[in-house]
Amino acid sequence: MATAVETEADVVLPTSETEAIEAFGDGSSVTVLAGGTIVVPDITYGYTKPRRVLMLAGAGLSGVETEGSRITIGAMTSVADLVDLSAPLGPCAANVADLEIRAQATVGGNICAPPGRDAPRGDLQAALLALDAQVRSAGAGGERTESLEAFLAARDGRLLLDVSYEEPASGAFARLDRPHTHDYSALTVCVARAAGGTIRIAAAGVAGPAVRLPSAEAKADDPEAAGQAADADATFADDALASAWYRERTLPVLVRRALTQLQEAA
Amino acid sequence: MRLTVNGVEREIASSPLTPLLQVLREELGITSPKAGCQQGGCGSCTVLVGGAPRRACLLPVAALDGADITTLEGLGTPEALSPIQTAFHEHYAAQCGFCTSGMVLAAHAFLENGGGTERESIQEALAGHICRCTGYVKILDAVEAAAGGEVTSNQRWLPQTGEEAPVEVPGAPA
Repeated sequence: MATAVETEADVVLPTSETEAIEAFGDGSSVTVLAGGTIVVPDITYGYTKPRRVLMLAGAGLSGVETEGSRITIGAMTSVADLVDLSAPLGPCAANVADLEIRAQATVGGNICAPPGRDAPRGDLQAALLALDAQVRSAGAGGERTESLEAFLAARDGRLLLDVSYEEPASGAFARLDRPHTHDYSALTVCVARAAGGTIRIAAAGVAGPAVRLPSAEAKADDPEAAGQAADADATFADDALASAWYRERTLPVLVRRALTQLQEAA
Repeated sequence: MRLTVNGVEREIASSPLTPLLQVLREELGITSPKAGCQQGGCGSCTVLVGGAPRRACLLPVAALDGADITTLEGLGTPEALSPIQTAFHEHYAAQCGFCTSGMVLAAHAFLENGGGTERESIQEALAGHICRCTGYVKILDAVEAAAGGEVTSNQRWLPQTGEEAPVEVPGAPA
């Protein structure tokens, strides 16, 4: 059993976005602590021995703002605060873990989570990829805004500030149900139809961060064919929740179900 | 740092990254929150922070300065159980007891926040709480009874011998 932590880490508690950016600097040897649902157990179990901890609890950075059709979500917004948003993000957030964890886990933590030891992490990434979200972050070279795909490819050394997207015309979410005692979904698929009609599809629970499924998108009008095409765009990993073998056979089913839902919603 | 625990203001000396669970158990001697999985998955460490259920094992104490914490010790007394505690007693909803304090606090918050009487809503509210005795049915029955107003507070569970020593509960308000 893990015992009480004796740690001599420096803890910095910024009280504003500006202070948080300043304290983060270029991010070297800084451990960012947002909701704590990943970092705190890692410290308890000795997987992480942080030297300098940037605790964002008092830094603001939270809240969902709507301006016209644009929705902006602060990095410290809890997953619970997203559950009433439209599909795919709302239902995807409602599927994360349980009531207590959703109230504590943050959007920023979900996007920045390193791959889990026993289970995939970052369900919301799939919804936000499908929504073509833009990420605003700080770090070496200053502040920048880029697509979530670009951010996921190079997120080390960046402090995520907020994420924004255009309200979609419609969206859908399908998941591989989790067994009762696990908080993580083995595989999730999110689709969104933009106001212009473009359909984007993404999956979380594959190897590494969530990925877009362009081969499936190319056949989005035919759910069955799109499902069959989806496996070409993802690689799969074995973990405690499911085998790669099982995920590979399940992804086409989830893509088909999500696209069928989308058609029914239209 | 300061925390208000069960209505009593406490000065906290633990280091800033110490999880609330260890602060409660080891610094303050309040042992109803259990150290189960200590990674947020089992629910046995659940306490109320500002009235909302939270995992004490996941909360670094520095993020909580000034917060109002309620543990099981602050809910009822051995002489006057809260309605949800009474319901757990009447419905035999505790077996080994390890998950019970987390279950009771989550159910208490559910009732306080007007969670309703639907079985499905109760299941959702307790979804993060694992009972390895698998006493789920009796636990859900208890919460449903309390939600439906079938139990009242102030029911004694101790035999009234008149001579028995008062039960001391560490961490309970004096």
